[in-house]
Amino acid sequence: MDAILFYASAAVAVASAVVVIAQRNPITSAFALIVTLCSLSVIFGLLGSPFIAVLQVIVYAGAIMVLFLFVLMLLNVRREEDSPLRGGRTLRGIGLALVTLFVLQAGFVLVRTEPGPALQFDASTRTMAGILFSAHFVYVFEATSVLILAALVGAVALAKKEP
Amino acid sequence: MSPSPMVQDLVLAAVKIALVVGALLGLFAVMTWVERRTLAFMQYRLGPNRTGPFGLLQPIADGIKLFFKEEAMPAAANKWGFLAAPVVAVSTALLAVAVLPYGPPFALPSWGLLPEWLRGLRVQVQIATIDVGLLFIFAITALGVYGIVLAGWSANNKYSLLGALRSSAQMFSYELALGLSWVGVIMLAGSFQIADIVNAQAGGFWRWNAFVQFPAFVVYFLAATAEVARIPFDLPEGEAELVAGFHTEYSSMRFALIQMAEYINMITVSVLAANLFLGGWHSGIPGLPSEGLLGFVWWGGKVAVLLFVFVWLRGTLPRVRYDQLMNLGWKVLIPVAAVWILVTATGVALFPSVFAVAGR
Repeated sequence: MDAILFYASAAVAVASAVVVIAQRNPITSAFALIVTLCSLSVIFGLLGSPFIAVLQVIVYAGAIMVLFLFVLMLLNVRREEDSPLRGGRTLRGIGLALVTLFVLQAGFVLVRTEPGPALQFDASTRTMAGILFSAHFVYVFEATSVLILAALVGAVALAKKEP
Repeated sequence: MSPSPMVQDLVLAAVKIALVVGALLGLFAVMTWVERRTLAFMQYRLGPNRTGPFGLLQPIADGIKLFFKEEAMPAAANKWGFLAAPVVAVSTALLAVAVLPYGPPFALPSWGLLPEWLRGLRVQVQIATIDVGLLFIFAITALGVYGIVLAGWSANNKYSLLGALRSSAQMFSYELALGLSWVGVIMLAGSFQIADIVNAQAGGFWRWNAFVQFPAFVVYFLAATAEVARIPFDLPEGEAELVAGFHTEYSSMRFALIQMAEYINMITVSVLAANLFLGGWHSGIPGLPSEGLLGFVWWGGKVAVLLFVFVWLRGTLPRVRYDQLMNLGWKVLIPVAAVWILVTATGVALFPSVFAVAGR
């Protein structure tokens, strides 16, 4: 039962994530991203943490994506004429993604010979989730926010037109 | 021979889902009739009174009429978005009701046609009992906006788009106040589960959160009215300026689905108000019993009064202006709710025995 739910939501998450970058219409991309976030939330729920699953929907799918959509609709962004996924760039991108995946997998296999326990930390209740985020993983958590900021700056730099 | 525990759980869950969804759809039909008749009497009219006794069959007539109407779709509409929007609206509305308790826990009779394993079993009409009940409702409410946004955007009509913009701005402004108004209630009960919050209010009406948490109750009621876009906060639809707002281009059963989502949301916030602030199924008067079926009477009465208040407001108040709406949300409700959280937190921290915080 859990396995079926996991594979279904994982498939939906990957498929909608592809739609996010392959679509020319920014509003369709935004809706696809909402679908991705909701299916990720299902996976969090399956991992035994309803609290984090619900937070995922409230914060990302609920609050942030509404703002995205609001801005997109206010600015009335037109569809992109030139698709980002076209021609040689698509092949190069897919190739790069596969290479990255291979390197990561290879590193994983080299470093770790036997699989560890699936879930070492118990985040099943809201108290445990709070302790995990604000005590055990506080540096990882903060580092992730810096990573998101770097991704944001990178996206702006890529999207900005040359003067 | 009794079936395995998993089958028992599945059967119970299926029965509960059928019961709750069936009751909600029935209540939706009845509410359209109640709303039209009550509004008519408030305006010295009679309202629909030709179909059946007192016009009670009017919802069925409306349903049949809507079924046979043409389902029009604008040529320039985004087809998939246009088709998906009513589905998103109804499914989010029906998801939110999954964690609400409907009435008190009760024991099934130990006789009659019930199978062996069901006799005397203690059950509660609540589909899912999860640790984060109230947060789940908050998450689903946040997703409910997308049904409206998708409907308004995909129709490719300027009135629809304006309605959708207004409603997304309104909803995420008032969602904040709505969420903040729950915090004091959660602190007093020490739990996110709605049944626990109801039981924390047992013992008399002076322990109801509507009195203990009076500012939070006022904030909740105003924010909930705005959240379900009822008059005086129905700017997303504002027919004088926007034709019909986000559902201008919808007809036939798709229109009915959007209406259904709105009514179910209204019922959800009423049930939530009765459970969080009005003591749920507890009678509130010492000496009056609230066990078993009597609890359903108390609970149903509170929900019915709240639903009537929504209709009453619609018959009484004019629509507010957009700047008034935003000022009320951001400059009044959110600061009041935030200060009240501070007051409640201070009270709970300094006098834990007075508030008898449960779950610690």
